[in-house]
Amino acid sequence: MAAPIKLSELPIGANAIVREFPKTGPAFLRLREMGLVAGTPVKLVRCAPLGDPLEIQVRGYHLTLRRSEADHVLVESV
Amino acid sequence: MSTSPRSPVYALVGNPNCGKSTLFNALTGLKQKVGNYPGVTVERKMGTAYSQHGHPIQIIDLPGAYSLAARSPDEAVTRDVLLGRRADTPQPDRIICIVDATNLERNLYLVHQILDLGRPVIVVLNMMDLLAQSGLQIRVARLEHMLGIPVIPCEAINGKGLIELRLAMSRADLPLARHAWDVPAPIAPAVAELQASLSENENRSSLIARAEALLLLTDQDSVRVAGSTPLSPRTQEILRSWEQRWAATGTDWAGTLVNSRYEVIGTLCAEVVQRAGATGPSPSDRIDSVVTHPVWGWLVFGTVMTALFLGIFTFAQYPMDWLDAHVSMLADWLRGNMPAGDLRALLTDGVIAGVGRVIVFLPQILVLYFFIGLLEASGYMSRAAFIMDRVMSRVGLNGKSFIPLLSSYACAIPGIMATRTIEERKDRLITILVAPLMSCSARLPVYLLMIAALFPSGRVPVLTKVGLMMGMYALGTAAAFGFAWLFKRTLLKGETPVMIMELPPYRWPSLKGLALQMIERAGLFLRRAGTIILGVSIVLWFLTAYPKMPAGTPPVEQVAHSFAGRLGHTLEPVLRPLGFDWRIGVAIVSSFVAREVFVSATGVVFGVETDTKGNILPLRDALQHATWPDGRALFTPLVCLNLMIYYVLAMQCLSTTAVVRRETNSWGWAIFQQVYLSVTAWVVACAVYQVGRALGF
Repeated sequence: MAAPIKLSELPIGANAIVREFPKTGPAFLRLREMGLVAGTPVKLVRCAPLGDPLEIQVRGYHLTLRRSEADHVLVESV
Repeated sequence: MSTSPRSPVYALVGNPNCGKSTLFNALTGLKQKVGNYPGVTVERKMGTAYSQHGHPIQIIDLPGAYSLAARSPDEAVTRDVLLGRRADTPQPDRIICIVDATNLERNLYLVHQILDLGRPVIVVLNMMDLLAQSGLQIRVARLEHMLGIPVIPCEAINGKGLIELRLAMSRADLPLARHAWDVPAPIAPAVAELQASLSENENRSSLIARAEALLLLTDQDSVRVAGSTPLSPRTQEILRSWEQRWAATGTDWAGTLVNSRYEVIGTLCAEVVQRAGATGPSPSDRIDSVVTHPVWGWLVFGTVMTALFLGIFTFAQYPMDWLDAHVSMLADWLRGNMPAGDLRALLTDGVIAGVGRVIVFLPQILVLYFFIGLLEASGYMSRAAFIMDRVMSRVGLNGKSFIPLLSSYACAIPGIMATRTIEERKDRLITILVAPLMSCSARLPVYLLMIAALFPSGRVPVLTKVGLMMGMYALGTAAAFGFAWLFKRTLLKGETPVMIMELPPYRWPSLKGLALQMIERAGLFLRRAGTIILGVSIVLWFLTAYPKMPAGTPPVEQVAHSFAGRLGHTLEPVLRPLGFDWRIGVAIVSSFVAREVFVSATGVVFGVETDTKGNILPLRDALQHATWPDGRALFTPLVCLNLMIYYVLAMQCLSTTAVVRRETNSWGWAIFQQVYLSVTAWVVACAVYQVGRALGF
């Protein structure tokens, strides 16, 4: 099992599985409710032209989040 | 909880971007009533549909929500109405849940929460036409069987599936969901205790109490809005004590609940959704690889924004001029056909001028809503926010504030109306508060007159003119961003802004939906803001026309002795540090309704007939010869520049104030905006004049 890395450090186009997710904070609760929970497969689709925010694919749809949030989501590259 | 013998009231709920408005329009046609929930800036939409037998069925179109654990005022209203926590809205008897079939998993999260409510639910699987395209298949009968409630496949945009939906809605009995979902063991005791308290202390039926107990646990710092019935102290106490206990033991209660819901949904989807072979990048993916590309993306963005800006700035100009001309024709006709007197003056200079001031905005509002509707329905709006987020984050806003601010360069009114796309209440308020600082088209006549007055020779070097204009636009923009930054840090301090936003697939917008939205917005503007603008226009006319001087008094004298003129005199001590005399004061007071009035008002106080063709040369000459009583020139270059700066910053637009009042639902914010902008304008103009004088200009 590879060591988990930050979602924001994933290369563009890479697939991964969410490993650890912050427990508190309204932004993280919302991300969870949007389907980003431990064990969910995600793909980092691209980042915005100015480098932030990021676009990910999760449960078949596309979602944006800022690097400041993605820094706290740990994923395992697959 | 009384069950009415009449036909049941339905609520329509669903995630944003799932086609909810399209379905609502298709079900109710034009039989809609749009209003506001009292005390919140959330739109309330009710409509009437007809059952198969022609019986009217009331439908409440609730704001789009991803979850009942509310993160925005919109979601808070949806939650409160469904839980029966709003006294102003009947608790719906039945619920229609619309879901995007191409995105079933996440859409079912809200459905799962709603099934907890124990009300009869109909699930509408929308966008069935796009399913095959995304390489998916849904076994509808299987889903219906597993949930135990009607599931209706539908293409709201083509009207397919509506008959089946009407049939289901007309059924006298609807089954309750076969909804086997065990509350996760670690939090079950808390749910039970909260449920008991809600039943006992707040009179909730047992199922609603259970649903609300579950919600409270994922909802710990969720949005509360005005008009929502607060929790009883006992329930709050229980909630707090459990939260403390879990915090001590490190139990992730909210996460446990979310995870367990997604587990149930995952099992459901595994049975129901089939992938038809491997899929390559979707059409949306391919479009996005251009639209959000580091180079092509900016090109597309620039083109779209230029079109939007030109649309409001120039295309709307033709119908505006046409309306303007016809309003003046009507006034002239009255002048020719009515005996002179107070009544005629009231009609021509008060009422007709006021009505003209209202309807002249209609073309801009229609054009803007056409573009906004197009951008939203097609999916580009969220891409624009995605691209601009980084820039807006510098002042603590997010990408969604960009389009409203850009539109405000044409006119703050459509710009402020466009802030409805910002969900976060504080971000939306900040955007509204700073929008009037973006130099709108009504400031142009003022800038042009002052630039003309700056150059006595009459020849204005083109580069200087462009430079001055750009300077004014830059000053306004910088002030807007500066104040946004300031408000975000002080008055409207909020949590760190986030940019959690869905990027929906691109879709062809429905023209019918666009047209409906444009008509609805125009109607709302006329009803809500129009009446205020008209009223105050009449009052301001009265202030400049009364008290009446004997017949034959020249207009200059008349104005000098009117209430506005006296106000100008009274204000002179305040205006003197800015280099303005009482006559400029009168022009400022009169242009309180609208900035462009400054030009005609200056014409009146300096005794020059301004013609409607916009020839400002006679006026410019008059201004250059105007002096203080001691013979010093009044319009020195410094004063001209200072007036321009004053007009960049000051809030001289009654129509905007009326719209802010409507959009924020409070006079408080409208007045605050008026005050902070006026004070800023005065302080800056004063500083510029004093420093300029000290430097010898």
